[in-house]
Amino acid sequence: MAAYPQQAALSRREFWTLSLSGLAAFFGLWSAIALSGITPPLFLPTPWAVVERMMELTTQPFAGYTIQEHLISSVGRYLMGFGLAVSVGIPLGLAMGWFRGLDAAITPLLEAVRFVAPIAWVPFAALWFGTGIGGPTLIIFTGAFPPALINAYRGARFVEPRLIEAARTLGAGNWRIIVEVLLPASVPSIVAGLRISAGLGWQSLIGAELIVASSGIGYLMVKGQSNISTTTVMSGMIAIGVVGVVIDVLLRRLQSRIETKRLGKGSAQD
Amino acid sequence: MRPDSRNRTGMLIGLATVAAVLIAWYVLTTVTQAISSARFPSPAEVASAFRQIAFTGYADGRLDQHVLQSCKLILMGFAAAAVIGVPLGLAMGFSRRFEAFFNPVFLLIRPIPPLAWIPLAIVWLGLGDAAKILVIWFAAFVPSVINSYTGVRSIEPHLLEAARTLGARNARLWLEVLVPGAAPHIFTGLRLSLQASWTTLVAGELIGALQGLGQVLNAAAQDLYPAMILVGMIFVGICGGGMTWILGRIERRAMPWRSA
Repeated sequence: MAAYPQQAALSRREFWTLSLSGLAAFFGLWSAIALSGITPPLFLPTPWAVVERMMELTTQPFAGYTIQEHLISSVGRYLMGFGLAVSVGIPLGLAMGWFRGLDAAITPLLEAVRFVAPIAWVPFAALWFGTGIGGPTLIIFTGAFPPALINAYRGARFVEPRLIEAARTLGAGNWRIIVEVLLPASVPSIVAGLRISAGLGWQSLIGAELIVASSGIGYLMVKGQSNISTTTVMSGMIAIGVVGVVIDVLLRRLQSRIETKRLGKGSAQD
Repeated sequence: MRPDSRNRTGMLIGLATVAAVLIAWYVLTTVTQAISSARFPSPAEVASAFRQIAFTGYADGRLDQHVLQSCKLILMGFAAAAVIGVPLGLAMGFSRRFEAFFNPVFLLIRPIPPLAWIPLAIVWLGLGDAAKILVIWFAAFVPSVINSYTGVRSIEPHLLEAARTLGARNARLWLEVLVPGAAPHIFTGLRLSLQASWTTLVAGELIGALQGLGQVLNAAAQDLYPAMILVGMIFVGICGGGMTWILGRIERRAMPWRSA
């Protein structure tokens, strides 16, 4: 990383002591408040009560299903919405980067909806596609679509003009230029966009499930909330956080893999 | 980047598509009625829904009251997050000890999306304003911290060394080197924070509120009133865009050296 402005690196011992004491302070404070009785345990359970509850949820169904089953239905919806956003957003972004007319036509429409928060689509999503799979899928789509499109577009716009000229001179048509020049050249930008997309999509899914759904991890949390079962709500938060991290780690792997591959092959794309 | 004539054609094409979409909307909903008004409203219905909410009121308030309520919550949550998040991020970027202490806890909390705090906030604070402000605070806090931290790290070490050699200490070092140096990143963070705040607020109000734009959407969804849903969405967009625009103005004012 960049040079630190102030001190030399901490010794390993100091680093670990500080990190662990930070964590200890966090969990210590949490447990102390929970145990002291300032707040009723119903509202602030101890950390271990949350872990216990999480174990319980894996075997005992809550809101109709166990926590794994809720997770599976969330992830299923997520993959559909995200897949749809990617498979529409990337080709459209590349095409917009190549055809100026298309760019000019679509950009104002996108600008018009840009500031409408994805969650604000919930009422229409429910009205058009119901609350089962279709509605939440649309919400995930509206969250994940813009970054997928924008990064593909930027990638295509900033391809080295020489590459395009060379391809043209060699007689490549529009289709071949998009598929064989723009697409490979914009892969790093596209993958960076996918990471943003994936995060926003996951977050939108939770929002959709909190508001309209009959299963899924967000639904589990809403039910936990209305039963004032704070442990259940917190278990849901942990599950959401873990899945979010797993998704990001997978995409980061993909990203670094693609980068090393490119460096290995040099810049030639044949 | 592009030649001027191209720019003009581009704008014409843009205007033409927007016009085409509006005409298609009118034709499909009003003339041929291919899209039933139970699914998507016609322009006339949107206009009348707008008149209704602007003058007589809908969902327990007039439009200006809803907008004011939403903006108030956003500003409170956002300001609280910026006031705590930016200094924390700067300190984490500046001091390794500080970073080592806070980073693990931060890494633990960060992956939980702000929307996932909503049920917990409701259990703790109920459906009132306090719960929403708490959730907006979470939404805006993480980007403020991360970007301020990156901002300090992106300052050239030479600058800091020079400042120190010339005798800048504590307050001066912070005010004249660290904060201005990190400012571009800080503003990026604030912009992201603001966007996250809006998403979170709308979600929070959809789940339960007495007033606010999300509550308009919620009531309209329950009444199966598509025209009002669209009016609500339009104003969510206008308010979000408007606040981002204002932040952009502030950014330009705050960093005059960048606008050249």
